[in-house]
Amino acid sequence: MSEVETPDTDRPTSELLDEVVVRPGEAHDLPPVTAAEQVSVNERRVHQVVAMGGGDWAEVTARAAAEGQDDVMIINMGPQHPSTHGVLRLVVELKGEEVINLQPVIGYLHTGIEKTTEFRTWVQGVTLVTRMDYLAPIFNETAYCLATEKLLGIEAPPRAQALRVLMMELNRISSHLVWLATTGLELGALSVMLYGFREREEILDILEDVTGLRMNHAWVRPAGVSQDLPDGTEDKIRAFVRDMRAKADEYETLLTNNPIWLERTRGIGYLTLDELIGLGTTGPMLRAAGLDHDLRKAEPYCGYEQYEFDVPTATGSDVYARYQVRLAEMRESLRIVEQVLDTLPGGPVMSTDPKIGWPAKLALGPDGLGNSPAHVQHIMGESMEALIHHFKQVTEGIKVPRGEVYVPVESPRGELGYHVVSDGSNLPYRVHVRDPSFVNLQTGTPMSIGLLVADVIAAMSSIDPVLGGVDR
Amino acid sequence: MTDATTTSASTGTTEVPEGGFQPPEGLQPVLTGLREEFEDAIREVGGHRGEVVVELERDRLVEVCTWLRDAPAARFQMLTGIAGIDYLHYDDRPERLCADYNLYSFDHNLRLRLKVRVTVEDPHIPSVTGVWPGANFPEREAYDFFGIRFDGHPNLVRIHMPEDWKGYPQRKDYPLGGVDVGYIGAHIPPPDKRRYKGGWTST
Repeated sequence: MSEVETPDTDRPTSELLDEVVVRPGEAHDLPPVTAAEQVSVNERRVHQVVAMGGGDWAEVTARAAAEGQDDVMIINMGPQHPSTHGVLRLVVELKGEEVINLQPVIGYLHTGIEKTTEFRTWVQGVTLVTRMDYLAPIFNETAYCLATEKLLGIEAPPRAQALRVLMMELNRISSHLVWLATTGLELGALSVMLYGFREREEILDILEDVTGLRMNHAWVRPAGVSQDLPDGTEDKIRAFVRDMRAKADEYETLLTNNPIWLERTRGIGYLTLDELIGLGTTGPMLRAAGLDHDLRKAEPYCGYEQYEFDVPTATGSDVYARYQVRLAEMRESLRIVEQVLDTLPGGPVMSTDPKIGWPAKLALGPDGLGNSPAHVQHIMGESMEALIHHFKQVTEGIKVPRGEVYVPVESPRGELGYHVVSDGSNLPYRVHVRDPSFVNLQTGTPMSIGLLVADVIAAMSSIDPVLGGVDR
Repeated sequence: MTDATTTSASTGTTEVPEGGFQPPEGLQPVLTGLREEFEDAIREVGGHRGEVVVELERDRLVEVCTWLRDAPAARFQMLTGIAGIDYLHYDDRPERLCADYNLYSFDHNLRLRLKVRVTVEDPHIPSVTGVWPGANFPEREAYDFFGIRFDGHPNLVRIHMPEDWKGYPQRKDYPLGGVDVGYIGAHIPPPDKRRYKGGWTST
């Protein structure tokens, strides 16, 4: 037999654990911690152990009151709480169940995209920025490309502009659907979650048809878009628009007058218009406070002035009002999508300037996607100049004149602005992104103070933060 | 592509050579008012592609911002964001760090950008959180990435990088890491040491 000391198995478990034993319904004070215990690695100075089994709350609170305890409890929500739309950590200070302070802690998803763009060509930058706000990739791409085009002093062809609008509006619907689905989930409306993701899937199918990818498309390029609509997509989009109108009615039937939904959302997360403007808030949150500010109307880009649509507003400035605005915006987006399809101009989808427009053409080969045989024939067999342009564009990229511009677009979350600096080379000098989620997140603190813990979830969710955009 | 603008190498802003810089009509009263009230605070008025940028002395930034927010001709109620920029290789001014403030006026549907430039040795700019509370996160971001100290900010701590991070990663002289490859002696150099033709160091 070995000489190793075996644990004394004869002693009863209660004795081994000694004072730590807590029976249901009892609260125990531990004896003072000895000096020897204090230096141990696992040192924990426990003031009071409370049985979470319940039954003793009256006793605990009575004792706390007798001892004059009015401690503030600090709890961490996140960074992996399911209701945070990503890796957002909220440090919540509670007095009882009432929030007395809330601090968002961000940066868990910081990937240095802004810095990385400085070492990639202008066209490669699209692939990076599309990954920022991953629920609204087309908006990121478009804003970045509009900034690049502004620096170049050019405009994309009309068909490319119209296609951008078409895809942005589809993307806006899908982004709002995710908001509806996740907020529904967080407030207990599970059917809404399933419905929202179901319809979003249809939009992602359309986006995949057009761009080749469900997310992170890199489809919008400086001076145009990478590919035209494939055959049959128009019919698919029209069918979707028809269905989606009925589906939006369905959400309304489910939620708009639902007493539970009203209880959970009305009066929650209220902020005045002044507070929202002071905090730099834009997008549906601002419109839910009654201000009909929409960059598509105020500073039209991509030809938005041609389309007829309304800017929905509400006056409640609470979670319910933000719900109303987002739902109405989905309907307006459907209107725009239909108008774009009706008035879609012909022509190229990429600038024909050989020094700017991306030369490569793709075609559907027998094995899926591939280079267009006609284009390969053109550069390899017919035109030396075309080959040179192709080579220079693909290896070196376009050169953008020196300058500095700021281009905002109206993303589903508000003003998405790209501040782009060029030093005249083939790489951006600096790309700064004014992400709406990042700025809007500041409203979380004033909105949540005074709320109960459960309502913090609703309030934070109504900001619709996407942490990929917040952290970049 | 034929743009009648030239770039002045010393400032980095672009100006129209003949007739001077022409800002959009709506901004004229704002600029006139600014010049009257803060003649000595304005370093330069410039712009590019129809955008207007006013470069300011940092000492009077808060005063100017308060005026821009409240004056009837301006009414820039919203600070939409602050972009930190490091102009190390861009121009040869010693004040290489820049905070670029983006203002928006709902009343007049106008945009205006303000610039304040500081040196790395003395990177202090007064905070505008007292004028627009929404400057809180953007100023923290510019501090985090560029090390610009916004004096008077209520809680100027890192926002994206870990709290104990050393250095300011979006400065142009921040060292970049390469990648060691699993092959004898092979190493992928950091991006700024690779052979980009026409890359950012060669212009």
